[in-house]
Amino acid sequence: MKIMLKDICFSYPSHDVLDEVTMEVAEGEILSIVGPNGSGKSTLLKCMARILKPKNGAVFLDGKQAAKINTLALAKILGYVPQASADVFQATVLETILMGRKPHLKWGVSSNDIDIIARAIQFTGIADLAERRLDQLSGGQKQKVFIARVLAQEPEIFLFDEPTSSLDIRHQLEVLETVRQLVKHSKRTVIMVLHDLNLASRFSDKIVMLKNGRIFASGDPEAIITEENISSVFGVVASVVESTCGPYVIPLRPVGEPVEVAK
Amino acid sequence: MRIPIEKSQNQDFAGIRDLYERHATRKLVWLAALLALLVLATLYSTATGAAEVSIKEVVRVIADKLVPGIFPVAGNSLAHTVIVELRLPRIFLAILTGMSLAGAGTVMQGILRNPLVDPYTLGLSSGAAFGAALAIVLGPVFFGSAFYHLGQYIIAVSAFMFGTLTMILVYCIASFKNLATETLVLGGVAVGYLFSAGLSALKYVSDDEKLKELVVWLMGGLWGATWETIGLIVLPVLIGLLILWRLAWDINALSAGEEVALNLGVNVKRLRIVSLAVCSLIASITIAFTGIIGFIGLVAPHICRILIGSDNRFLIPCASLMGAILLLMSDTLARTIIAPTEIPVGIVTALIGAPFFIYLLIKKRT
Repeated sequence: MKIMLKDICFSYPSHDVLDEVTMEVAEGEILSIVGPNGSGKSTLLKCMARILKPKNGAVFLDGKQAAKINTLALAKILGYVPQASADVFQATVLETILMGRKPHLKWGVSSNDIDIIARAIQFTGIADLAERRLDQLSGGQKQKVFIARVLAQEPEIFLFDEPTSSLDIRHQLEVLETVRQLVKHSKRTVIMVLHDLNLASRFSDKIVMLKNGRIFASGDPEAIITEENISSVFGVVASVVESTCGPYVIPLRPVGEPVEVAK
Repeated sequence: MRIPIEKSQNQDFAGIRDLYERHATRKLVWLAALLALLVLATLYSTATGAAEVSIKEVVRVIADKLVPGIFPVAGNSLAHTVIVELRLPRIFLAILTGMSLAGAGTVMQGILRNPLVDPYTLGLSSGAAFGAALAIVLGPVFFGSAFYHLGQYIIAVSAFMFGTLTMILVYCIASFKNLATETLVLGGVAVGYLFSAGLSALKYVSDDEKLKELVVWLMGGLWGATWETIGLIVLPVLIGLLILWRLAWDINALSAGEEVALNLGVNVKRLRIVSLAVCSLIASITIAFTGIIGFIGLVAPHICRILIGSDNRFLIPCASLMGAILLLMSDTLARTIIAPTEIPVGIVTALIGAPFFIYLLIKKRT
């Protein structure tokens, strides 16, 4: 399913966040949204997920306005995984993943639902954790559980807000590789907000770089992750080198600070 | 979309399926066990008390009421009067009140995402107490001699009205902040303080006799139970609990966070409004007749979370049954321990509930 944003504007009572953001994501594409803190990345993702309603502009899903689609149908199209999760009453892993089936359930859990949950557990490789409580898991394990949950939701478009922010380097690779496999085999669309420019350049088909709530640049990683863009958008002088995993960013110093002798 | 996995990984599907079924079965067994326990507690409580009645007589009287003619019992026998006129209404009031307080407590903990809330968190108990005090202190002035016949109902209506008023006030306050949970809870605290102040003022100006009556009402007691009372509250409580139970999946989704719940198709704002309104109504309507009975709405959900987990499809009925059993046994204890004097049941629930709860907290496997 294609998702298109047209002139999205969003403001909080105290300040504006997004300003006329227009973009399009094709089917089967992995798109990363990058940008400095406060540039509006998470807000943009939440507008796409219809968790926040934009002040102006519209989101189109395969040409139809998302605002006109009812919430239950929307729940089967858009799957959102937030950045942090504060759980008060600890559920087990199985119960958490079961929650992803909610848009498809009436009351009871059918054999088909269990089948889908089992597949999600297998795909993310957490079968041995199924009975454990969420608060007993590490950050990386929890993140896999949340991915399994959104998999069980069976949406057309996956929206991940910083899926790797508190993970170690191994779990970062595992999670993003899982995402890549998902798109490769199921032709679904993934849109993720990423902090790490190197992970973005390695794992995305396309990158959108935000600055102050506007799209500064968008295109494939080689075109976007450049020293000029990083300097303009992040205010950082960096060295971008070619690597086997795409353009690799080595940040050197903030723009405007005196040059120091290299380590 | 089929989640793509290798064929060789298929064998673990059976493992997941078994796991789910095992857990679901265990929860159903707990529910059945609690239901059986409630039936036993009912029979025991009916047979226990200042007047001696054997369990066999209890069963015969109940059976006679349910299927008349097969086990005839003399309608004017002492056993019949004690059971039907005195004990059964009181027992049913205990069961309905326990169910409504525990069910409401469970849902409020889930909706407000806070394990420390109970049905009184949004100021309900202060409002109801104020309403009851108003009726007790000023009722005879306004209603004259009618108060001595209808006193119980006048107090109940007033308690219910002011209890419901606190709910409306808290909504209005919280609607400025889009019904955020923090504002609901803090608004409830503030409104509670307001009505507590009103209650203190009424206590201050009332004479000794009315003060005693008020204090006794506030301690919570089930002695006012009649079949008319049961008739008034049984339908609202049962329908209310069914509505809350039907919302179980939505409340489950809310525990994953407001954003995830929205994404899963839950109308979070409407859920909060409807569920908190139903909780307030069913709690109000029972405490209007029983006074403020504490602890059941807080402790029963927690005990059941330890037994049966946090899935509200099982937790709501489980907590309701547990609340009914706890209140029923507390009341039986309250009226028998220093018979023929009765201790207000609110004292018993606190004295038993608190240590038991502490024990559970310490023992709970983390």
